[in-house]
Amino acid sequence: MTWAQLLPLIFLAVMGLALLAYVVLDGYDLGVGLLLPLATESQKDTMIASIGPFWDANETWLVLGVGVLLVAFPFAHGLVLQALYLPVAVMLIGLILRGVAFDFRVKAPLQYKAFWNRAFFAGSLLASSAQGWMLGSYITGFEQGLLGLAFSLGIAITLPAAYILLGAGWLIMKTDGELQARAVHWARRVLWPMGVALVAISAATPLVNPAVVQKWFGVPEVFALLPVPLTCAIAFFAVRWVVTHPEVVKAGYGWVVFVSTVLIFVLAFFGLSYSIYPDIVIGRMTVWEAAIGTESLTVIFIGVAITLPVIIVYTVFMYRVFWGKARDLTYN
Amino acid sequence: MDALILSRLQFAANISFHILFPTITIAMCWFLLFFRLRFIKTRDPAWEEAYYFWTKVFALTFALGVVSGIVMSFQFGTNWPGFMEKAGNIAGPLLGYEVLTAFFLEASFLGIMLFGRGRVSERVHLTATFLVALGTTMSAFWILSLNSWLQTPAGYEIVNGQFHATDWLAVVFNPSFPYRFAHKLLASALTASFLIAGLCAWQLIKGSATAGTHKAMRTALVAAAIVIPIQFVAGDMHGLNTLEHQPAKIAAMEGIWHTEKGAPLTLFGIPDEKAGETRYAIKVPKLASLILAHDAAAEIKGINEFPGAHPPVAPVFWAFRVMVGMGSLMLAVAWFAAWQLWRKRRELDDGKVRLPRPLLYVLAGMTFSGWVATLSGWYVTEIGRQPFMVYGLLRTSEIATHIAPPMIALTLTAYLIVYGLLLVTYIGVLKYMAENPFKHAPIPGGNAALGKAGV
Repeated sequence: MTWAQLLPLIFLAVMGLALLAYVVLDGYDLGVGLLLPLATESQKDTMIASIGPFWDANETWLVLGVGVLLVAFPFAHGLVLQALYLPVAVMLIGLILRGVAFDFRVKAPLQYKAFWNRAFFAGSLLASSAQGWMLGSYITGFEQGLLGLAFSLGIAITLPAAYILLGAGWLIMKTDGELQARAVHWARRVLWPMGVALVAISAATPLVNPAVVQKWFGVPEVFALLPVPLTCAIAFFAVRWVVTHPEVVKAGYGWVVFVSTVLIFVLAFFGLSYSIYPDIVIGRMTVWEAAIGTESLTVIFIGVAITLPVIIVYTVFMYRVFWGKARDLTYN
Repeated sequence: MDALILSRLQFAANISFHILFPTITIAMCWFLLFFRLRFIKTRDPAWEEAYYFWTKVFALTFALGVVSGIVMSFQFGTNWPGFMEKAGNIAGPLLGYEVLTAFFLEASFLGIMLFGRGRVSERVHLTATFLVALGTTMSAFWILSLNSWLQTPAGYEIVNGQFHATDWLAVVFNPSFPYRFAHKLLASALTASFLIAGLCAWQLIKGSATAGTHKAMRTALVAAAIVIPIQFVAGDMHGLNTLEHQPAKIAAMEGIWHTEKGAPLTLFGIPDEKAGETRYAIKVPKLASLILAHDAAAEIKGINEFPGAHPPVAPVFWAFRVMVGMGSLMLAVAWFAAWQLWRKRRELDDGKVRLPRPLLYVLAGMTFSGWVATLSGWYVTEIGRQPFMVYGLLRTSEIATHIAPPMIALTLTAYLIVYGLLLVTYIGVLKYMAENPFKHAPIPGGNAALGKAGV
């Protein structure tokens, strides 16, 4: 494989990494936003405090993911974003509401706090459902038929549920006492619906996109790929075991919920990437057809090769600074 | 209305809303760094208090900038798909470097800057503040580089209708970039200065001023008084550069229709594009040539020289006058206030600012004067680039989306509603914070429990 052929693949990987990082990182804080209405006043403050230092940087991964699409694959970019025009707008308005509600709820006069709490929830819901819808229509190749729409709708409901599980897992790690117990309860409630939906989507994907069938159910692929669903199942039951055994959480193994959920996300992501590769728009455009010129990609590649490791290092540093149970956020 | 007009309106709305917030944060973070450094050097709690109060304003402004910026990054694809397809080889790397070197830096260290005290050492916290300031400025560097390239493209070749870079240094440091970058940074410094001075003045009027208020206000007024003459020089140099590279824009700014030597400066008038003249014009002979080319007899090209390729005259003409007018007002106010400070310098030993009450009202009224100047300047430069996306080479009409117009109208309406709500809320919250400086903020050096959840 030549450098010119390899470069687009590298950028596909970078884009994938950015989007995966986004879904996991902003996923948990969107999940916390979705859980907000269920908490008491003081718990709301703690929940927000648990994501306060992170959400900004979390959202940046979305900008990087879309940025790579924009920068490295301009020919796919216009096609994808025009096809997703409305859900993109819905997501953006959701992200705007959420991002500002976060600040306004504590800075605006007290009587508006409830309004901004609701805006935070509404923004999280709009953003996560729109992302699910976008993912659904992307998988179906922007199919506008009834089946395609139903599929998109299914993911528009499933993704927020998965975010809720992630958010609950985050809260189990970052809080204790009453709020932690509630988070366990929330995780238990959302676990089965999410699991069923994930299985349904996995089963439906070959239906809406027949090309996927050969990739998964040929021999020897089916055996090589078997560990993927198996590991998913193990992770699922690990979550179930923890959330149904409060003493396990008390013993300090609450993190299993978050880590297992992340594992499910990673595997689902891997499965999806495998299904689509090497297309960037299913059935219409391969990654090489969508990429810009090699010389421009090389220019950005130098930047990525230098900065991405640095970004990862200081992201880890940031998470270490705020390691441990969430405290009230103060400027002091 | 067609997709092109609607897309342009939507982009204009988004970018107008977005630019308001980075314009504040780019410079404000350097103010914060200064407050922090002063505190570390003097250990005067007033400086620390100033840091905390303005950090809260910064965080709020930054959040608005981030969320509206994310919208911008999607708009290229949703509304201007042709732009990245044709100019992606140039614009892509510049945007990519912005995200990689600037955006992550500011977003990550902002968390530590805002909430890291007590968890990291003073030195790390100071470094975080510095890195956020550096990040916002680098962000401006890349965006201004791209914007300047669209105005004065350099270092490229066109192959099969696509732009390709031949010399990246020439692309990044294209002919108008140094002027535009300097002009923007200075504009940001002024916007932040007047915002700080204005809110502090409001605190003095309302009786909610604290020791930190006086510190911040003096810093802001001194900064404004120093920066504004520099801005006039930078603006003048920027003008010379524009005359050289974008004569049609200059002609529209000045309302000059026919090419002439020793062109007069039109102070006011009503440009009439159909008739090809500026009605009711009040003119000063030869002054336009003198200002624009630093030569009273110089020839200035008129709009008629650019049939079908000049910007709409009236908005550029008017926006330019608003920008210069606001700048002049800022100059007068900043210098008068600085003079007042200097006159009463002996009484300043107690660190308090004593300004005449009417001046406080003027300053409070000018809290957002930087926004007016910035937006009008932005309109001069961006509307002045029309009808081109890449000046002289790629027309805006060639890159527009094929989305159905009603859909664009729908999202445009939604954005306008959200932006309107946020703008009103933002200004209201700033006012509220100024009047209640200790509402959520911890007392510096005091008990952390006092500052519960002061996000």
